[in-house]
Amino acid sequence: MSASSVRRAMAVPLAAVVAFLLFAVLGVFAEGLVLPPAVFELPLTAPLNAAMSWFVDIFGGLFKGLAWLLDWPVYWAQSILQWLPWSITAFAVCVLAYRASGVGLTIFCVLTSVYIASFGYWVPTMNSLALVLVSVPMSIALGFAIGAWGFYSERAHRVIMPTLDLLQTVPAFAYLIPILLLFGFGTTVGLISSIIFAFPPMVRNTIVGLRNVPEAIVESGLMSGADERQLFWQVRTPAALRQILLGVNQCTMAALSMVIIASIIGGTNDIGWEVTRTMRKAQFGDSLLAGVVIALIAMVMDRITWGLAIKAGTSQGATREGAQKRARVTIIGGFAALAGLCFVFPGLAVWPEAYVIEAAGVINEAVTEFVATYRDVLKTIKNNFFFFVMLPVKSGMIETVSPFSWGFKLMPWHMAVYAVLIAALAYVSARRISPYVAMLVVVVGTVYFFGLTNIPWIAIALLVLLLAHQLEDRRLVIGIGAGLLFLVVTGSWEKAMLSVYIVSLSVLICFLLGTTIGILAAENDRISAIVRPISDTLQTMPLFVILIPFVMLFKIGEFTALLSICAYAIVPAIRYSEHGLRNLPKPVIEAAESLGTTRMQMLFQVKLPMALPVILLGLNQTIMYAIAMLVIAALVGTNGLGQQVYIGLSDGDFGVGIIAGIGMAIIAMSADRLTQALSRRVKGARADGAMV
Amino acid sequence: MTSNVTKEVVLSCKNVWKVYGPTPNKFFDKKNGDLSNPQQSIDEMRGANHVTAAANVSFDLHRGEIFVVMGLSGSGKSTLVRCLSRLVEPTAGEVLIEGTDLLSLSKKELIDIRRHKMGMVFQAFGLLPHLNVIENIAFPLKLQGVPEAERLERAQRVIDLVELNGREYNFPDQLSGGQQQRVGIARSLAVEPDIWFLDEPFSALDPLIRRQMQDEFLRIQQVLHKSIVFITHDFLEALRIADRIMIMKDGEVVQIGTPLDLILNPADDYVFEFTSDVPWERILHAEDVMRPVEERDKIVKGGVAKDTSVEDLLPYLAEHENGVLVEDDAGQVLGVATARGVVKALATGSEDRQVVREIPSEGDTQEPAS
Repeated sequence: MSASSVRRAMAVPLAAVVAFLLFAVLGVFAEGLVLPPAVFELPLTAPLNAAMSWFVDIFGGLFKGLAWLLDWPVYWAQSILQWLPWSITAFAVCVLAYRASGVGLTIFCVLTSVYIASFGYWVPTMNSLALVLVSVPMSIALGFAIGAWGFYSERAHRVIMPTLDLLQTVPAFAYLIPILLLFGFGTTVGLISSIIFAFPPMVRNTIVGLRNVPEAIVESGLMSGADERQLFWQVRTPAALRQILLGVNQCTMAALSMVIIASIIGGTNDIGWEVTRTMRKAQFGDSLLAGVVIALIAMVMDRITWGLAIKAGTSQGATREGAQKRARVTIIGGFAALAGLCFVFPGLAVWPEAYVIEAAGVINEAVTEFVATYRDVLKTIKNNFFFFVMLPVKSGMIETVSPFSWGFKLMPWHMAVYAVLIAALAYVSARRISPYVAMLVVVVGTVYFFGLTNIPWIAIALLVLLLAHQLEDRRLVIGIGAGLLFLVVTGSWEKAMLSVYIVSLSVLICFLLGTTIGILAAENDRISAIVRPISDTLQTMPLFVILIPFVMLFKIGEFTALLSICAYAIVPAIRYSEHGLRNLPKPVIEAAESLGTTRMQMLFQVKLPMALPVILLGLNQTIMYAIAMLVIAALVGTNGLGQQVYIGLSDGDFGVGIIAGIGMAIIAMSADRLTQALSRRVKGARADGAMV
Repeated sequence: MTSNVTKEVVLSCKNVWKVYGPTPNKFFDKKNGDLSNPQQSIDEMRGANHVTAAANVSFDLHRGEIFVVMGLSGSGKSTLVRCLSRLVEPTAGEVLIEGTDLLSLSKKELIDIRRHKMGMVFQAFGLLPHLNVIENIAFPLKLQGVPEAERLERAQRVIDLVELNGREYNFPDQLSGGQQQRVGIARSLAVEPDIWFLDEPFSALDPLIRRQMQDEFLRIQQVLHKSIVFITHDFLEALRIADRIMIMKDGEVVQIGTPLDLILNPADDYVFEFTSDVPWERILHAEDVMRPVEERDKIVKGGVAKDTSVEDLLPYLAEHENGVLVEDDAGQVLGVATARGVVKALATGSEDRQVVREIPSEGDTQEPAS
């Protein structure tokens, strides 16, 4: 590219950045510009609510009937699990664990069972488990059926995919509201919402699995004389089994997560309720103990379903006739022996009261003492972070800097120094890295100075649309434009910006920190060995549990919310960067090595540029995770759309909740498309051999 | 193998077309694919952005014959064999099996034919990953509803045939490529089909294994006498196993003939290209290089069977200028093979590069082999 064409390509983005800056300045003097004019707003909440109540009036009976029907299997499952001696249920889980993975997981299951029983959580745990056990088969059946339909019918596929996108990006809380209105309170809410939340991954994996069955297998099935039905059940499905079981794995985890979340509203003596209840009373010791139960169940379920999935379709998945018979005898014998022992030692049936460990009090005291001892440290961390990072991004330096927060009053010369600093940084970035990075510096600098919530809406909208235009095409611009219009029309702009503020801040932190950790882990096996189990655990953890430790230390508030979002959203940033760096084509690395690169040169000039597309996919996932966590974090204090959803939920206000929910889905989908386009762009530029 | 071939037609492929593109059907007014001017139609189709994966393909498969379809990738050979089994629906044409047109059959009838009359082996094996060896082989029988004991017994028989004994309870992911293809072969034979399709069965294997499998295949065929359509892109493989070869290019048939026909009389440069690196001495047999017996041959002492390869004959001919008598199975003398006959036969396959300069002299005792 010649210098002039570079300049021409830069002209539009540059103009946009300048316009952004000017608008931001303008916003300070004309506050009316900050939010979209109220004229644009349409009163959508009331008609939505009216429509919903009309719908409930007409079909309510139907849904209530369905709820009544669905209550039965849950009731049975709960009764059976309560009636069964704990040792027998534990044995059943261990058998599964052994089949799925081996001795290690079996021991883990034994310890988990003993933990749950000995801390006195057996009954609530079984109630939650019963919900999962009822909802998962239903989700699997539903997801598999829809997946098969989407596989056979191209037209169905075109409808299913965007619907799944929407279902998976609208926060789970948002569809708790209509479910609540339609089905009423009770265990069914947990059941229905977990089915709705859990079946999309099943659909996706079913479709992917069926589509990826090798042509040769299908043809050999046909030539073996299979009819349509035989081909599906005896050829396609078993050949796709591994992928389908991976769907079952994701489905189970989602169902568990949702069962826990749903207990916030429909709580009836289950383990999620246990956490919520104690957290509300600030009995953090109890919530921590109960939270560990949830985490343990999540890990056990994940490992079991995962193990079964990866063994499917290989020689490991099947056993010989003789071994099978022996295993069956052992299992039945084990059950019989345990049942007998339960009569002799009643402690094996119901964990004796006397042996229940009461550790909550101790933990509470320890936490209180810890917080008391380190109050100053914790407060300093929290305040510094709040004043120097969070508030400026939210409201800008112009509102934040004061003798109380920063220790001085914002003077014009401060502003001048800041402006020069940003300009210098931008200049250096433009010369040394790339003009795009320089623009990023200017935009970030502007936001930090004026505050995201003080910048006129039109400037932000223009910037986003221009980004869409630069990265992709007109279609994306129109799509995102429509989404932004929705935010304007429904009057959600202000709340949306509050959500964007907390999400973008946590994404920034996660991405910088996570990528650094990922790089270290990729370069150093020992770090990798430490990091991997931690991120595995964080990822399988139901979102709700992540809140607990942060609330314990920092009480509720935006800082706590930010930390818990970061704890969850940092995982993909770590994973993708490590994965991207570790899976580079060998020949290129060897070639670079043979040229005599130092380790640092290798990392920054060879590996990182090559891994960039994958790292950017990690950014995409980080954003998605952060948005998913945002709604949960709303429980411990954020403003914005997440809070709106929660308000809608607690007031039973369908309109408010669903509008906020869709608003979050819009932010999520826009961010998703933009980052994916960015990743593709970077990859494409690679393929063209151009510099980025 | 030649001895097992009769002239009875098992499968007849008549004017089969497979055309991909926006409107493939508009080129055919008759469903039987018998166009008045096929060549012109092909040009029209290609002109209108259509791809002719199979263009006016006709041939007869005789009972007990190995009919090899050979062509480079993209020549339409895989599409053709899929048309013959209706894994791909031909655009037009007829595939006659015992007088009935395969293309006119209902779904149910088609399944019935596949269950009893056809077997197919795939390049990518196409084994079901969740079934072990014997279950994979018995799978077609299971689909037919054959009781378990019987199907396992029948599967065991083919396992013996392909020499997979001891591997019955292994899973596909525990087998080497060659073993997996043995399973594929055994499965296709489990229903005892008349017609056996093999779609590049050995192409995914290492050269050494490939050769072993070819021998194995010929051994099995010697026992079973199936009527075979064998797809390959490897000309040497085709030569090794074929009774007849059909060469395809861009969906069209370039030439059909015995291996020797193709070598000695290539229809065009395309076929000739394939023959250029053929190991002649292995392809040619004594009968191919012999000339009729003449008066002067009375002094010839040695005799060989007519299907002795020239490779094996060369050392003898090098020592015996008068050549050797070629006899048929009954010991009847058919002709005489001499060193000169061999040179002559080889010469037909080589380009005349005009490398020999005429040297004027008093009397030529030897002519240059032109």
